[in-house]
Amino acid sequence: MEPFKTITSGVAPLDRSNVDTDQIIPKQFLKRIERTGYGDFLFFDWRQTPEGKPIPDFVINDPRYKGAQILVAGKNFGCGSSREHAAWALSDFGFRCVIAPTFADIFFSNAGKNGIVLVRLTEEQVDKILENAQKVAGYQLTVSLEQQKVTDAQGFEASFEIDPFRKFCLLEGLDDIGLTLRHAAALDTYERQHDNATWLKAK
Amino acid sequence: MSFKTLFEKVWEQHIVAEPKGEPTLLYIDLQLVHEVTSPQAFEGLRLAGRKVRRPDRTIATVDHNVPTTIEGRLNIVDQIAAKQIATLRKNCADFGVELYDVNSREQGIVHVIGPELGITKPGMTIVCGDSHTSTHGAFGALAFGIGTSEVEHVLATQTLPQSKPKTFRISVEGKLPHGVTAKDIILAIIGKIGTDGATGSVIEYAGSAIRSLSMEGRMTICNMSIEAGARAGMIAPDETTFAYLKGRRFSPQGADWERAVEEWKKLPTDPGAQFDRELVIDAATLVPFVSWGTSPGMVAPVTAAVPDPAKAANEADRRSFERALEYMNLKAGTPLKEIEIDRVFIGSCTNGRIEDLRAAARIAAGHKVSSHVNAMVVPGSQAVKAQAEKEGLDTIFKEAGFDWREPGCSMCLGMNPDILSPGERCASTSNRNFEGRQGRGGRTHLVSPEMAAAAAIAGHFVDIRNWEVREEVTA
Repeated sequence: MEPFKTITSGVAPLDRSNVDTDQIIPKQFLKRIERTGYGDFLFFDWRQTPEGKPIPDFVINDPRYKGAQILVAGKNFGCGSSREHAAWALSDFGFRCVIAPTFADIFFSNAGKNGIVLVRLTEEQVDKILENAQKVAGYQLTVSLEQQKVTDAQGFEASFEIDPFRKFCLLEGLDDIGLTLRHAAALDTYERQHDNATWLKAK
Repeated sequence: MSFKTLFEKVWEQHIVAEPKGEPTLLYIDLQLVHEVTSPQAFEGLRLAGRKVRRPDRTIATVDHNVPTTIEGRLNIVDQIAAKQIATLRKNCADFGVELYDVNSREQGIVHVIGPELGITKPGMTIVCGDSHTSTHGAFGALAFGIGTSEVEHVLATQTLPQSKPKTFRISVEGKLPHGVTAKDIILAIIGKIGTDGATGSVIEYAGSAIRSLSMEGRMTICNMSIEAGARAGMIAPDETTFAYLKGRRFSPQGADWERAVEEWKKLPTDPGAQFDRELVIDAATLVPFVSWGTSPGMVAPVTAAVPDPAKAANEADRRSFERALEYMNLKAGTPLKEIEIDRVFIGSCTNGRIEDLRAAARIAAGHKVSSHVNAMVVPGSQAVKAQAEKEGLDTIFKEAGFDWREPGCSMCLGMNPDILSPGERCASTSNRNFEGRQGRGGRTHLVSPEMAAAAAIAGHFVDIRNWEVREEVTA
């Protein structure tokens, strides 16, 4: 996973709340067995008509936001299904950071596993960024994970909270299984003991 | 001494390591695997040269993709879906994982077969690459949905690093009024606290109305915890739980059973234990609910009308409501009972169990499905289907004009051929009314099995409390 330090990029404003993972990546694309190539299907039903024509005013089709690595959206982003394909689609499309007032729990975890930085700001701060991204031509935002700060050239500045361990993993681009295997001895000991609990056996 | 909640007891019994400044490493007793969220996880194991640490704590089935007609299952036309199912077969064979395949008598929706086989047990930690894993919390297990990277992590290590969630107790007290079901309880809760109302928390459902529910009803409630944003939902095990589990295939037997019950009885929340948050709901105030919008929080009593966005609590909600009404093609002020439907779906991990089918059959018996409605019943598992057929429920449904199908997730998420056409309106016993969830342009209204069956017959929503039951169905 690619480490994340600081990015400065354009911002795609998605002014909707409760964006669920069915919208981020519709079900028909979950039948693939690959981990890559989902970017073309990101927000599929919102970006094109049933006949396959692009909907020009949908944010990721808008030339003003082409190449944006930061997505800004309303509260409870990523709710619904646990499909990690949502994180894969965002990442594959080129988004490295999503800013919203709140995120759903499973999506929050999935994003972290794929090096996507999720930044929680207040509703007022998110509204301000949405407004700037829509009104300021060539609008750019800087997200520094190291400093836990979001800034722009128009004087916007906001700090965000992040769990220190999550921050460390994102900064270093660390693989979780490797980290867990540091505890292999503790796991062996625990498991030997735990297997005696016959009432917790699966079969 | 310190008093503990049910969640805290299960959590503490599964701590492998608590590295300073890092999430807790939690042991996982059971992982359920299905075809959609596992291929990339097994591929990850292969690339890293890792094996499945505990095949005996891993069980797989096919549910999301499978067609629900016999012909469809014999020859899966969708080649990408067929390849995904074939991939699961190969992965299970290569890594030594037991698979309940398409035509085995154990096959079914993961969250239906775990409990019915007695694999799900109180006090366990259970994960699955599916958000509705919260269903298993009905047994007093800590069960939650995970992403594919985490599926791989659990396959490799039988553990997961987890930050400790907050605790939230929702007590539903009193006697449930006539016609009000477990589905209505959970829809009411989501409507009240919102779809992010329990984010970061594990809900414990308590109170006399919850205690009075069967295991099936409890599963319906825990199932939709995720629709309230919760990490998991749990209900303390009691005599109802033990009676359900006794004698099931993978339940402990003989002396092990006695010992297990003794251990499980220690799990309920201690009197005096503290929760981070509490909510009490008076059961007497509950009514049958219908969802009107595109988020599971957008629900209203069946006697109400489609709400007016102008009366929304804030600007963001107003915009969401307007967008939802446009998508649903509904006008503010329309009585919900006047909304005509085209399709009915009875099934899913929320309401596809035997008791749900019995409840729907009781409503359908002696009636006919409306001429403009296409209604289908999809049992949650092969075992549910066999039991329903033994009781003659299939005949009741078929005589009333319902389509009787093979088990799977089906039109809950429309990954198989069962989907809505654009503009079709469906009364569904599933869990999500998101835009396009049941098919692009499809319009979903979430209801209980009884309400869905009644809507199929009337052709529009009806208040189930006034329904004429023509024939009593006995099991």
